[in-house]
Amino acid sequence: MTTTEITYVGSPIDRVDGLEKVTGRARYASEHNPRDLTYAAPVQATIARGEVKGMDAGAALKVPGMIAVIWHGNAPRLAPSDAAELSVLQSPRVAYRGQYVAVAIAETLEAAREAAALLRVEYSEEAHDVELRADHPRLYRPDHVNPRLPADDVRGDPDAALASAPVVVDATYTTPAEHNNPMEPHATVAEWDGGGLTVHDSTQGPTALRGQLAPLFGMPPEQVRIISPHVGGGFGSKGLAHPHVVLAALAAKQVGRPVKLTVTRREMFAVTGYRTPTIQRVRLGAEEDGRLIAISHEACEQSSTIAEFAEQTTVATRMMYAAPHRRTTHRLVRLDVPTPSWMRAPGEAPGMFALESAMDELAVACGVDPVELRVRNEPATDPDTGLPFSSRNLVACLREGARRFGWDARDPRPGVRRRGGLLYGTGVASSTYPAYRSPSQASARAEPDGTFTVRIAAADLGTGARTVLTQIAADTLRAPAERVRVEIGDSALPQASIAGGSMGTASWGTAVVRACEALVRELERTGGVVPPGGAEASAATAEEVRGQEKYARHAFGAQFAEVAVDADTGETRVTRLLGVFAAGRIVNPKTARSQFVGGMTMGLSMALFEESVMDARFGDYLNNDLAQYHIAANADVRDIEAFWVEEDDPHLNPMGTKGIGEIGIVGTAAAVANAVHHATGIRVRDLPIRLDRLVR
Amino acid sequence: MTVDLQLSVNEQIYPLTVDTRETLLDTLRERLDLAGSKKGCDHGQCGSCTVLVDGRRVKSCLTLTVTVDDQPITTVEGLAGEDGLHPLQRAFIEHDAFQCGYCTPGQLCSAAGMLAEAARGWPSAVTPDVAADPVLGEEEIRERMSGNLCRCGAYPGIVAAIEEVAR
Ligand code: FES
Ligand code: FES
Repeated sequence: MTTTEITYVGSPIDRVDGLEKVTGRARYASEHNPRDLTYAAPVQATIARGEVKGMDAGAALKVPGMIAVIWHGNAPRLAPSDAAELSVLQSPRVAYRGQYVAVAIAETLEAAREAAALLRVEYSEEAHDVELRADHPRLYRPDHVNPRLPADDVRGDPDAALASAPVVVDATYTTPAEHNNPMEPHATVAEWDGGGLTVHDSTQGPTALRGQLAPLFGMPPEQVRIISPHVGGGFGSKGLAHPHVVLAALAAKQVGRPVKLTVTRREMFAVTGYRTPTIQRVRLGAEEDGRLIAISHEACEQSSTIAEFAEQTTVATRMMYAAPHRRTTHRLVRLDVPTPSWMRAPGEAPGMFALESAMDELAVACGVDPVELRVRNEPATDPDTGLPFSSRNLVACLREGARRFGWDARDPRPGVRRRGGLLYGTGVASSTYPAYRSPSQASARAEPDGTFTVRIAAADLGTGARTVLTQIAADTLRAPAERVRVEIGDSALPQASIAGGSMGTASWGTAVVRACEALVRELERTGGVVPPGGAEASAATAEEVRGQEKYARHAFGAQFAEVAVDADTGETRVTRLLGVFAAGRIVNPKTARSQFVGGMTMGLSMALFEESVMDARFGDYLNNDLAQYHIAANADVRDIEAFWVEEDDPHLNPMGTKGIGEIGIVGTAAAVANAVHHATGIRVRDLPIRLDRLVR
Repeated sequence: MTVDLQLSVNEQIYPLTVDTRETLLDTLRERLDLAGSKKGCDHGQCGSCTVLVDGRRVKSCLTLTVTVDDQPITTVEGLAGEDGLHPLQRAFIEHDAFQCGYCTPGQLCSAAGMLAEAARGWPSAVTPDVAADPVLGEEEIRERMSGNLCRCGAYPGIVAAIEEVAR
């Protein structure tokens, strides 16, 4: 075996799939054209609640090249499933506007679309309710919030403590529905053959998707293969199966030919998940010096009538700051709306907007510097579980960020920095995200020619997973990275957890390390000689993950923003954004920086632009395209920097890593809103920070 | 309705019969197996389908194929020359100017078109003196590249990569 002195973990190497991506050779889900391919164009419900009564396909079926129309009246039956969103075309019920009610399949995309437009669907419509309100009579407490955490948690006597606290902040914050909008729309190419079903799909988890899809068609998982080598972003929206995958597979089964179904950008606003809107009341009770006595954080959020998706909005509040009295609750209302799903840092992103805005209000109320206020409320152990933190470097991030940003010279008075027509201000907020790890499997193989192949059904949505797993494998094998090939994105590979919860590197990396270690041991037995047929070893980490020590594991960060607000128009620009993170060992500084900056950019976007507007009358998200749903463009992102503090945490995983995919978006919006308050004296508690909220 | 035509893409001639409703983007992706050009919105709102038509950057999702049979088309697959990658492609890798890579072909074609526009002296909304030759600093690049969305937020890398090539 070749040995090398270089250690790759910690080196800023270029992405191993960079060449494929800049030359257009990287293939994404819809870019597979099997023989006899047909095209599907789905039809979406035009009512928000009711029933499909009939379908007139007469005109549609006359379109040249038309093959079939499938709707609930003639659709193949699927096995009954708890996942109501996946029971596509199985019932006449319409649960939300935009739900798929039919699909047209034709020889070309143009013909399929024309036919879909010609279908006449007859409905019986019922009154709908699509508005989240804090006084909604049907609000209830879910049994759990994601991922199986208690909905409510009360410590001490927060009401009494708030009643007697010298300083109290009591404010309500709202965040709108937001849509993930990865650049690559969801897409599926489904093909049946004697062996079962093969699906090219844009997914964050080939193993998980196979597990969701196979039972619907009454098959064991081995008869379904999910192929997904490149994924054009997901941000959570490709983590769970959405209806289009099932629709494509069902259509392919019905017409007996491969089917390509590309979800349109507009359809994505109904059928691929979104971040629930939230209404959050935060009450903080403190001593005069800002030391917290009580924290109360109560969230209202929505789900659809067919599935309970209970976002963990106030969960981060359980471990952020020390306070003897604390209440965190979640209330849900089931509306005639699409089912919400994961969007980058679900729970933490909206929840920390509220908490970190309230902390800023407390800093103002106490006359304490906002950085200092957070330092004063640093807990010794996890306030939620009582466990020690495996490592907690929030204070180091705040201090390092303050130093880099030049925070110390800050004059706390709001509304006094006017240059030209612009009001300037600065703000800070904390970030956090849990460091999860899930069981996975991997195999490692050595060839006599000195090359290695590592296999795991991981996914790279742009995170750099393929690259960092290559680094991790090369170090463990003590081999040059050029000789190591990492194969991911295929459910036929050893099964792996999804790319979600910022746990990809921790989960897959552990399996890769263990498989490579096993291979090294194997090769040691043969004296370093690879037998002619190659050598192979594999590993599964379920036991290791189950048996890990008891610690509270979280990444932390601090974000600093400077804004310029036009005093006349209210137009807000983020002129500087600086984040410092403590997230364990950084495997690849180059791709990690991109991850942090990407998350912060989405946070900036959340602060200033993103808002899916519910049309109460028709019951759908109105601004369902990229001209109306605004995301940060290049000119919106001026000066953005991410740094990290060294963190050597032995209680995580063999690499010493915490996840970095989500923490970048946590706290950003609060830092920006706090800066807007500093600039203008106006506290914006409702995202996004639109012009009309600043013009007085 | 269909039309017979010849399409010139990346210096190769493709004889084709196309539906008159077919967009250039769909022709490239679905008919010519040139899937480098990406469909992010199909509505002219994201830039991921950007290609060069006669050297100018064009959104291929808003271009009907029948309208460009007389013009040379360059896609991301045609950016690299005989002697290897286009300088922009190299700079994008070096500056990590992408994550998922889905907006990347559009960013690259757009950047190539944009550099040519600037070389011809075309001003942008942020050019201080519209009569002078534009200098491609960060602000100019950000402004001129704002028709190409990147949800991964790779903008700083994109700007750094283009700035390096513009120098
Ligand atoms: S696909 Fe053409 S601009 Fe979005
Ligand atoms: S790299 Fe993913 S959208 Fe730009």
